[in-house]
Amino acid sequence: MDRRSSRRCRLPLFALATALAALLLAVPAASAGVFTPEAGGSPNADDIDRLYRIVLYVAIPIFLIVEGTLIWSLVKFRARRGGPEPAQIRGNTPLELGWTIGAAVILVVLAGITFIYLGDINNPAPSGPNGLATGAQVASIDQPDPPAGGGETLDIDVNGQQYLWRYDHPGDQIYDYYELVVPTDTTVTLEIRASDVQHSWWIPKLGGKVDAVPGHTNETWFKIDEAGDYSGQCAELCGSNHSDMRARVRAVSPEEYEQYVEDRQAEIKEAQSALAEQRKEREGAEGEGQ
Amino acid sequence: MATTEYRARGMNGLGSPRPEIVMRGLRDRPRGWLEWLTTTDHKKIGIMYLFATFVFFILGGVEALIMRAQLAVPDGTLVTPETYNGLVSMHGTTMIFLFIVPVWAGFANYMLPLMIGARDMAFPRLNALSFWLLAFGGIAFYASLFFEPPEAGWTSYAPLSDDAYLPSGGVDAWIFLIHLTGLSSLVGAVNFIATIHNMRAKGMGWGRMPLFVWSMLTYSYLLVAALPAIAAAVTMLLTDRHFGTDFFDPTGGGDPVLWQHLFWFFGHPEVYIMILPAFGIISEILPVFARKPIFGYKAIAAATASIAFLSLLVWAHHMFTTPTSTVVLVFFMFSSFLIAVPTGIKIFNWIATLWRGSIMMKTPLYFAAAFPALFVIGGITGVIMAVFPVDWQLHDTYFIVAHIHYVLFGGSVFGLFAGLYYWFPKMSGRLMSEGLGKLSFWVMFVGFNLTFLVQHSAGLSGMPRRIYDYPESAGWWGYNLASTIGSFLLGIGVMITVVNVLRSIKHGQKAGNDPWKGNTLEWFVQSPPPENNFDTIPRVRSVEPLKDIRREVSKASEPAGTVAQPVASGT
Repeated sequence: MDRRSSRRCRLPLFALATALAALLLAVPAASAGVFTPEAGGSPNADDIDRLYRIVLYVAIPIFLIVEGTLIWSLVKFRARRGGPEPAQIRGNTPLELGWTIGAAVILVVLAGITFIYLGDINNPAPSGPNGLATGAQVASIDQPDPPAGGGETLDIDVNGQQYLWRYDHPGDQIYDYYELVVPTDTTVTLEIRASDVQHSWWIPKLGGKVDAVPGHTNETWFKIDEAGDYSGQCAELCGSNHSDMRARVRAVSPEEYEQYVEDRQAEIKEAQSALAEQRKEREGAEGEGQ
Repeated sequence: MATTEYRARGMNGLGSPRPEIVMRGLRDRPRGWLEWLTTTDHKKIGIMYLFATFVFFILGGVEALIMRAQLAVPDGTLVTPETYNGLVSMHGTTMIFLFIVPVWAGFANYMLPLMIGARDMAFPRLNALSFWLLAFGGIAFYASLFFEPPEAGWTSYAPLSDDAYLPSGGVDAWIFLIHLTGLSSLVGAVNFIATIHNMRAKGMGWGRMPLFVWSMLTYSYLLVAALPAIAAAVTMLLTDRHFGTDFFDPTGGGDPVLWQHLFWFFGHPEVYIMILPAFGIISEILPVFARKPIFGYKAIAAATASIAFLSLLVWAHHMFTTPTSTVVLVFFMFSSFLIAVPTGIKIFNWIATLWRGSIMMKTPLYFAAAFPALFVIGGITGVIMAVFPVDWQLHDTYFIVAHIHYVLFGGSVFGLFAGLYYWFPKMSGRLMSEGLGKLSFWVMFVGFNLTFLVQHSAGLSGMPRRIYDYPESAGWWGYNLASTIGSFLLGIGVMITVVNVLRSIKHGQKAGNDPWKGNTLEWFVQSPPPENNFDTIPRVRSVEPLKDIRREVSKASEPAGTVAQPVASGT
């Protein structure tokens, strides 16, 4: 029995080796998304990524120590015929105090590091020099929470509804459902609301998620350096088509953004007059008002 | 057979186990299934608990496998979005309310009176009531399969769970389940508390109580503290749905965030309600198989109590993405950090218990040793997510799905499998097959890690939880395929244990009273224990009363005599 069980004890080592090999195989594909969160679209996402990495680097040695000691104990101290009687140790106060204090100290350090990054994650960064020029279309006056660095920001109202997002640009008096178009190098602040059930706004590359709760306003921001599409989806179960509730941010140069605003204003005007036409037609046909 | 046993026990010449003077007016005990329906014996109730919860475990597992099959490939078409949300809700609710929480009540019902040297629970009829409330809770909930299952997740966040969005009766079935299983747990908790406080064997002070009993005491107090919050919340939801109140409806002045606060004020202690008894089982099994006392008994008992206290102060770490001021987030980050300290202490104590031991590599030890190995991953990801800016990225993604499963499957389920393999010989009188047990362990271990390790990466690359499909362009296919393969392996591993149980009940090797050389009093009695548990209740002189008895017995020149002595059944 003893010989058989001793052979079986090597299985945990084998399992660990397999797991490590599997991890190593995964490494070539590794970048953001395998071991670390998505980032790279906006400074707040990058800061969250940095903070995550620090916590992860603190965690890895702890993980290795725990698993290592555990596996070592299971291999080294298995029962042997004629082996020594196990030591009847009931505790060790200095050791126990040591690991209690050690664990507490590590957590205090983690909290300290969190506070170092918190400001940069929470507070909108100032817009860059190549951002949207100051002008009438930027509603910085209405902005509830001016960025610490000063400068202009673009404010957007985002409203979650089953199963889409409505983007209002109050400064430009336009709205859109399909995508949120924003200028690059410009700080964009978002006010997130919901008009039916709870949703959660999340574009992984542009920072953390914020819940859209009916009756509440939640805030976040991002600042995109590189033009391109950034996609995400609703992160709070909101009904049967929760999975289809996608969100898309398209970052364009400030000039293109101004063009987009103009086009959109024209489209909305057109749609509104088309609606008026329709109403008149229908009222004419049905012979009754609404 | 029984006769010789009573003789061997030193009952001095009693020809029959039946006392000479029989109480008048005792009704004949019903036989067959009626006996099970009407029993108030803690051991029978325990068996019924274990059987019922394992049935729900299989149901919840099948629901999980259907979800995994749906997600195996991009744009899966196996189930509709509505069915998928139904599966999400049924799986979570089943596993939490109908499996993990009550399975501990099952183990404790059977073992706790034996471990503390009591002849039954304090309130045997209440005990039966708590089982039947659970059974009817499960039936009320699963009846919704015949009309429309709930689709709001196990968390039933308002306003989605309100009648405006989910008018079908599924959410109501869920509410009734919460009430019935909640009452069941409350009644059970009161019973455990009364039993533990009042019915311990002579000499078993608080400092000599088995750690599993400590954990069940904490489990019971936590249930009493946490359940009223959810009972209130679901009642408010019920009146919102049917009687025109607006507690959670912002259009009527209510607040959906209130639901979250009430739900998680219950929900987070619930996590510890599900894991603390597993901590207790591990603290029983490791010393027995390492042939070494538990390292730091007092530290583990104190850590259990402090985890319970802290678990009432961390609920809003489930709500880091709601509109909440930073100072509140900071508080809940700190309290969540704090709870990692006693949890870490326990992990170190378990490893120190194995250190320099003489470890018997039996199946219970496999599961028990895997527990800290897997739980530490859930613990570390828990600390990562307590850092609230980081949680903004990880919240509601597959990262958290991986985290909860490392805690609740790698932790609780591996812990209860350890308990099952450890206590099965006591309950059935027979050992489970070691070969099948170890096979089951390895298949489960590999399957579990394959399923859930990759889900961390799926979450980090942006995959939200509770979505019924994903496009190929998202890049999550590999993770999901691996996860699906792993989940079916895990299912096979669990089924091997089911087969092992069914086989061993009839054909297992006779276990004897004390197959593992246990430390606690349940190994003092026959396997399976007689209805009255103990003829003589031994006096307890340490944390390891059975070790003392064994030592005394081997010291005494005449092992029989009047010394209480465990005997192998069949002698």
